[in-house]
This record gives sequence, C-alpha cells and structure tokens, in this order.
Amino acid sequence: MTTAVFWVLALLAAASGFMVFRFNSMARVTISLMVSFLASGGLLVLLGLGYLGVVVILMMVMEMVIMAVFMIAYMMNPAGLMPMAMFHNKRGSLAIAVVTFALLAAGIFLTPWPHRSGAPPRDATRQLGTALMGSQMLTMITLGFTLLATMVGAVVLATQRGRYDRFGDDLKRRPPSDPVRGGVGR
Amino acid sequence: MVTSAPLWSVLVVPVILAGFAAIAVLADALLAVRAAGRPARLAAAGPVAETARLLVGQRRVTLASDALLWRLGVLTVPAAGMLAALVIPFGTVTASRMSVGVVWFNAMEVLTWAALWMAGWGANAALSLVGGYRYVAQGLAYELPLMLALISAATGAQSLNVADIVAAQSHLWFAVWMPAAFLVYLAGVYGFSFLGPFAYPAGTDLASGVLAEVSGVDRLVIEAGRWLLLAAGAGMAVPLFLGGGTGPLLPPWAWSAIKTLAVLAVLTWARRRLPVLRADRYAELAWVVLIPLSVVQALVPALVDLTR
Amino acid sequence: MTLQLFLLLAAGLFAIGLYGALSQQSIVMIMMGLELMLNGVTVGAGAFWHYLAPASASGQVILVAVVVAMSVEMAIGFAVVTAIFRAREVDMTDMAADLKR
Repeated sequence: MTTAVFWVLALLAAASGFMVFRFNSMARVTISLMVSFLASGGLLVLLGLGYLGVVVILMMVMEMVIMAVFMIAYMMNPAGLMPMAMFHNKRGSLAIAVVTFALLAAGIFLTPWPHRSGAPPRDATRQLGTALMGSQMLTMITLGFTLLATMVGAVVLATQRGRYDRFGDDLKRRPPSDPVRGGVGR
Repeated sequence: MVTSAPLWSVLVVPVILAGFAAIAVLADALLAVRAAGRPARLAAAGPVAETARLLVGQRRVTLASDALLWRLGVLTVPAAGMLAALVIPFGTVTASRMSVGVVWFNAMEVLTWAALWMAGWGANAALSLVGGYRYVAQGLAYELPLMLALISAATGAQSLNVADIVAAQSHLWFAVWMPAAFLVYLAGVYGFSFLGPFAYPAGTDLASGVLAEVSGVDRLVIEAGRWLLLAAGAGMAVPLFLGGGTGPLLPPWAWSAIKTLAVLAVLTWARRRLPVLRADRYAELAWVVLIPLSVVQALVPALVDLTR
Repeated sequence: MTLQLFLLLAAGLFAIGLYGALSQQSIVMIMMGLELMLNGVTVGAGAFWHYLAPASASGQVILVAVVVAMSVEMAIGFAVVTAIFRAREVDMTDMAADLKR
C-alpha cells in the first residue's frame, strides 16, 4: 500500500517537475511546481516525518502563490496564448543535466550504504524540537539571523522609495508620504 | 479522551460539515429576510431556490479561459474545507487523530490561497483576476496572525495533536486566558472563507470579483465552499479554544454541536454587521500591530508551561 | 521503497532543476529550476534521515535548513528581479550583465 503511494507520489513529483519547463502558460508552470512540492511533502509524510511533510506542503503552497504573482508580472507570455521558447544553450544544459543524473545514479547504486543506526523515534516532531532548542541551537540562531537579514535585504532591494523620499530631505516630515496610506497612521 | 474513528468516517465528515454549513446559510437567509422586513417563513426559499437555479444553470464560457486551472481552483475551495475538517473532533471521535492536526488544519486552509488565485486567473476576465489578486493581498495580512494564534493554542497544550489540546482545557478554556488568540483566530476564519469584513475578493465594486464569471454548478460549488470553510473554522474553534466536547449533563457530541453552532451563530450574525474592509487599509495594521500582539500572546502559554 | 529509489527520485528532481536553471533565459524561470533542485535535496535529506540515521535529529535539521534556504532564495531572488526590472525594464539574464567588464 505504501509502495503504491510512493510510486504515485514519486512519478507525480518528477512528471510535474518536468512539465514546469514544458508548459507555455506561466500560471500552469507555477501550479505544476506546486504539485511537485505537494508530492514531495507527501513523500516526507511517508518517510515518517509528519510535521516536516505538512510544513513543506503549507509553506510551498504559500510560496508558489506568491511566485505565481511574480511570474505573471515579469514574464512576457503569462497566459501561454502564444507558443514560446525562451531557452539558451538547450542542448548543452540537457547534456549537463543528463550527465549529472547519470553520475548521481551511479553513486547511488555503487555506494555501500551503511546500515540503519538506531530506530525511528516515537515522535519525530519532538526529536526535531528538542534538537533545535538544545544541541542544534546554533543552527537555529543562524537560521533566525539569516531570515532576518533576508527580510531586511529583500525590502531594501525591492523598495523604490528610500528614507528621503518618505520623510523629505531633512528627514523631518511626519506622517511619511507614501502612495498608499497604511492602517496605523504612522 | 478523543479517539480515532474507522476509515469510513472520512466520508461522514463532509456530510456533517455540509449540515453545519447549511444551518449557517439558512440562518444568514433568515437574518436577510428579517432585515428586509418580510415574514420569517420565507427565509428558506432563498437558498433553496438559488441552489436549484444554479444546479440547472448553464456555465458561462469566456474567451481563452484556462479551463483546467479554473475548475481546479473552484473545486479546491470546498475540498480545502472538507480536508481541514478531518482533524476536528466531534465529541470524543475524530476522523483523523494525526499527531500534527493543527498544522494540517493550517495547511488545508492555506490551499484556499492557491484555489482562489486559480479561480480568479482561470476565467481570463479582468474583474475576476483582480478579485483573485485581492484574496492574495488579504491573505498576506491575516495568515501570519492566524498561524501564531494556532501556535498559541498548541503551545498551551504542548502538543500539535488536537486531542491533546482538548485534554489540556479540562480546567480552563483557552479562550479565557488566550483571548487575543481567539479573536485573531475568528478574524482568520472570516479571512480564509472570504466572508464578512474580508469579502473584499468578491466585492460588489468588482461585480463579485472572483465570483463574477463563475456560473452554474461552479458558482454553487464555490459559494458552498465559502460556507463550508466558515463551518470548518467554527468547528475547529471548539477544540482549540472552547474546550471541545466537555460539559455537564449532555454527551460530548452534543456539546461539540452546541458550541459549534454558537460560534457559527456569532460569525453569521457579525457578518452582516461589519463592513467589508479594503486589504490595504489593514495590511499595515496586521503586520505592525497584530503580529507582535500574536507573538506576545504565544509567549503567555509558553511562560505558563515553563513555570508549571 | 528503498533508500536507492528515494535517492534516485531526488537525483531526478535535481537533474530536471539543473536543466531548467541552465537553459532558461528569464530569471524567474531560473528560480523555478533552483526550487526544483532544492526540492530534490529535501526528499534526499528525508530519505537519509529515515534509512540511515533516524535516531539522530541531524537529518531533520538539514531538512529545515534546506527549506529555509528555499525561502531565502525566493525572497532575495524576487527582490533582485524587481530591482533589475525597475532599473532596466528587462528580466533576462543575457541582458543583466552589469557585473561583466
């Protein structure tokens, strides 16, 4: 039963991943990538990682919807009403991809994988939580700071208006002049 | 003690959810009829006639519509509600006693993001597309406070399992000592079912926005989906914040039903009282006020657990 | 459902993503390829945790780090595309050769 589910999810993940680069419509491309991620989340649940699988599903649906907004905004043929081929060096990249897959597959089948060390915990979520809050606290702190830096960096890169546009040349204008007034009236 | 029901209960959950949604729709029709000054016995005629009309109505065909994404988007709205309801315990029985029930509920209601974006995009119509984008805009505002409210309830019980959350409320309901989380959760329920103050994607200024080009059976499916999501949200509020099926005298399933109907009554009544809000008016409020408030609220059960 | 099958799927997703990241012209499509590659790594990390070391949390922590890397890459990638688009009105990598001498 789990083997059947595994095959369905694995083929779905690979097929929808491949269709990402075949569809003409950008909306379908993004939804296809979302389906690939949903299948990966399902595979993680099959592996006993219930919390991480559902979190991957949750995060990826949100991220793919936001990605869809950007895809439609920046791609010139969003609805796929015209056939479009925006590639460069298609043959070269295909060759590199196939060679990479062949090398990885050779590694997968030729490596003498070690035996399983230990049994799965009763609660994988608790294992993850205890590790992140205990022995892997440094990882947690690093991830936290990375996310904070990402938030600040993304806003700085994307905003067209800086402090001087908002507060005037002497930085004394209150309230700041924004095109859309927020709800807090700052 | 919440136990898991056999596998066929997965088919019963949509029926029960549809029952609660139908009660909410009838209550809303009753309020509408009373507000118009007509006698109350005409209340049921509205929804029943509308359902019959939509069932036999013809589907509108738009030029170069993305039929696959359109139908998929419309179908996912009720599907998300039904999938989310799988972890809601009814009394002492739940269809799925998964150990990450709260995160599952969160993930299934996030599916509405994808559903409404696809439903807005698929019709290849300007107003429909704007409605779909409006839903993404309001989603960005309500989603994080809602997630933090769910995390508050889970932290209070030190578990993501809905059954453990019910068991942890045996002394005091979470709604009493985590009121901010409860209110944010109720606002989030309006948000993901795009009803009441969050009906912005289907607003009248857009000729019904996301619902503009949807007609016939599709319209019935997506409208039913909104009310199913509201019923699922109300149903989940009971084990998360209102103590589940606990209560004197009556059996647990009766208390679950009564509490769910009470939350549904409040949500349906308030829906007609609150104006529809534009997403840009509260986006800053949601990020600058509600998220810190929800984080502080999530700290409260954490500190209580540490000192216990 | 063995370790090799999961890793083969992970390698397949990685290769498809690599093909996309190398062959696409538009920056957002390249990001799609990168996301697929990280998707493959996610499945691989989960498989390693389950089949080789389930008693240790390291596999799960690697998975969390990969998922965070995915979000970070998406956020900064779209911010960069927005900045380039504002400055140049293009989103093609062939024309965004500003750092080239």
